[in-house]
Amino acid sequence: MKRINAGWCIVIATLREIFDEAAYARFLQRAGIVSSSEAYAAFRREFEEGKVRRPKCC
Amino acid sequence: MNKTLAILVWGTVAAVGAVAVATVAVHRGEPINALWLVVAATCCYALGYRFYSKFIAANILALDGLRATPAERLENGRDFLVTNKWVVFGHHFAAIAGPGPLVGPVLAAQFGYLPGTMWVLAGAVFAGCVQDFVILLFSVRRDGKSLTEMAKDEIGRVGGFVAYVAVIAILIILLGVAALIVVNALKSSPWGTFTIAMTMPIALLMGVYLRRIRPGKVLEVSALGFVLVLAAIWGGQYVSQNAELARLFTFSASTLAILIIVYGFAASALPVWLLLAPRDYLSTFVKLGTIALLGVGIVALHPTLHMPALTRFVDGTGPVFAGKIFPFAFITIACGAISGFHALISSGTTPKLIARETETRMVGYGAMMCESAVAVMAIIAACVMQPGIYFAINSPAGIVGQAPAAAAATISSWGFPVTAADMQALAHAVGEQTLYNRTGGAPAFAVGMASIFSHSLGGEALMALWYHFALMFEALFILTVLDAGTRVARFMLQDALGHVYRPLGRTSWYPSILGTSALIVSAWGYFLWQGVKDPLGGINSLWPLFGIANQLLATVALCVATTIIIKMHRAKYAAVTLAPLAWLVAVTFTASGHKMFDPNPRVGFLAQAKVLAAGPVTGATARLIFNNRLDAAVTAMLVVMVTLVLVESGRQWWGILSGVKEARVKESPFVRTRLVEEQG
Repeated sequence: MKRINAGWCIVIATLREIFDEAAYARFLQRAGIVSSSEAYAAFRREFEEGKVRRPKCC
Repeated sequence: MNKTLAILVWGTVAAVGAVAVATVAVHRGEPINALWLVVAATCCYALGYRFYSKFIAANILALDGLRATPAERLENGRDFLVTNKWVVFGHHFAAIAGPGPLVGPVLAAQFGYLPGTMWVLAGAVFAGCVQDFVILLFSVRRDGKSLTEMAKDEIGRVGGFVAYVAVIAILIILLGVAALIVVNALKSSPWGTFTIAMTMPIALLMGVYLRRIRPGKVLEVSALGFVLVLAAIWGGQYVSQNAELARLFTFSASTLAILIIVYGFAASALPVWLLLAPRDYLSTFVKLGTIALLGVGIVALHPTLHMPALTRFVDGTGPVFAGKIFPFAFITIACGAISGFHALISSGTTPKLIARETETRMVGYGAMMCESAVAVMAIIAACVMQPGIYFAINSPAGIVGQAPAAAAATISSWGFPVTAADMQALAHAVGEQTLYNRTGGAPAFAVGMASIFSHSLGGEALMALWYHFALMFEALFILTVLDAGTRVARFMLQDALGHVYRPLGRTSWYPSILGTSALIVSAWGYFLWQGVKDPLGGINSLWPLFGIANQLLATVALCVATTIIIKMHRAKYAAVTLAPLAWLVAVTFTASGHKMFDPNPRVGFLAQAKVLAAGPVTGATARLIFNNRLDAAVTAMLVVMVTLVLVESGRQWWGILSGVKEARVKESPFVRTRLVEEQG
């Protein structure tokens, strides 16, 4: 049961990383703010500067 | 595991793998079950990972679990971040898995299931996985440097410049081909066009939801978007059955090409948060889900492959694309076996997330194995169809004719029986008016996937829904590559132009954004337009061009890797990268030679131009001649550039091995990790 639980946690963590939810959580923690419309807009602005340069494979 | 048990287990895996590979390789006549391919692939990957990657890790790379990675040393909470290895694995796989491993194997299935399967298995284990693994590790040891930076540092300025130009060239050719695949999949298909059109407002809705209603809840909104996309697929059926609505969403290839070019320009020039980022999330959500579902479907249904092991088209007369099995099978399938593009990802985001050097093996080698498994699934999807149907879908009108009866008669005369009634029934079952001449691989893959899904879930009644689900999945996937690729190419161009005139390098300066976007979109838009107007369907000339460009980038990556291995005083093991490098040089240079100078006008660009010049002059003749000469010139340019890198690399190797040059690697200095103590 413990292993299933750990596996499930990894799957969720992976999905949160792929879908940038983890990056947003880190942004909030770094900036010391709570989630809001403005905070998400600021995150997106910061994120796009690096994110858009990442290539996606064919 | 004790030694005796290990020998027993791995001995069994090797024996089962050998039987499966032998069955796939030597079985002739009767159809073969797809499960043989699955077992052969699973055993090859398991053995490759357990033994070959371990050998490379221990003897060449000497992975050091005590050496701090850039994720630890440079951690900033943004780009550099210590991340769980499984999370990095998933992230890396999501970035390398594109439409390539789906489309390439479907096209190469014209040779039969055997050549593609063998190349995908051997290519991945001995070349693709190795490339991704070593480039990832070398980037980790260099603070996450990109391939172009490593090429400049280790080979010299020529290497860096060529890698840079090759990346831009590949991006442009790739985007042109990708757009062409979407055009061929959606032309005259109101259902498909409606579904894809609906992803725009769905993405807008997701963008607003993310920004205003539930900020940052991406997984939640992606699941919601997915449900809406399913509703759009269901609604598409209604659109296709309503004459008035169907007319609204029925476009010719030329109109679709113009729409995609306009979309590409908007995607590059506009802010991304509202439309593009949500579409990217939606595409990733659908992609991961569908690949998993397809894997389960194949194992559960284990369908029979109707395509023979080898077809008569190994002689180079194939209707899907012209050219002999060597070298064309090996450039047609790139991403499932080895893809130079992966070297960009392995030296991009991933090295900045790796917590321990020892994890590069699982992430680099392991993720590429999964990509290769996707290619095996694509081969199965293409080969479950009756061969006559496969060729009717994938052959251009210029080869088999426009009229259904004539096309069916031509294909049947090749030994692959199909009737106009069969094709009409299939088109009806999937909700299309016709399935003839749907070149590009996507519709054929969709038919195969729909066949597998409908046998597993829902039966024949759901065939049309599954077909359009598969079509939507591929088109959404490809359009996301188009969005991201156009922006990446634009940024690269801006970086370069910034050296000429500083404001041009500013990514927020609108004149520069608009100018560079227009340049990049015009470049791939030209290739798209060329493909749409090509009487041979476009894929015949553009997909090999893309394959050559992609494999030439892999050549550059393997040159970098070999140079570093020699500098690390591991020259006696250099064959690990040198052997795939030699194979790729043989394949790409032979293919380039054929594409430029082959006297057969279906293969050689210049021969095609000559035939056009000698034939009757129409309004399009001059443009077609120019296009063929342009394709020949692009191929020649790529070959010359990669030759320069090979010569430069060879000089480095000779200099070091003969003691003339000092073998000095440009790694970051060793810093002991703190993570071991923290964990311990």
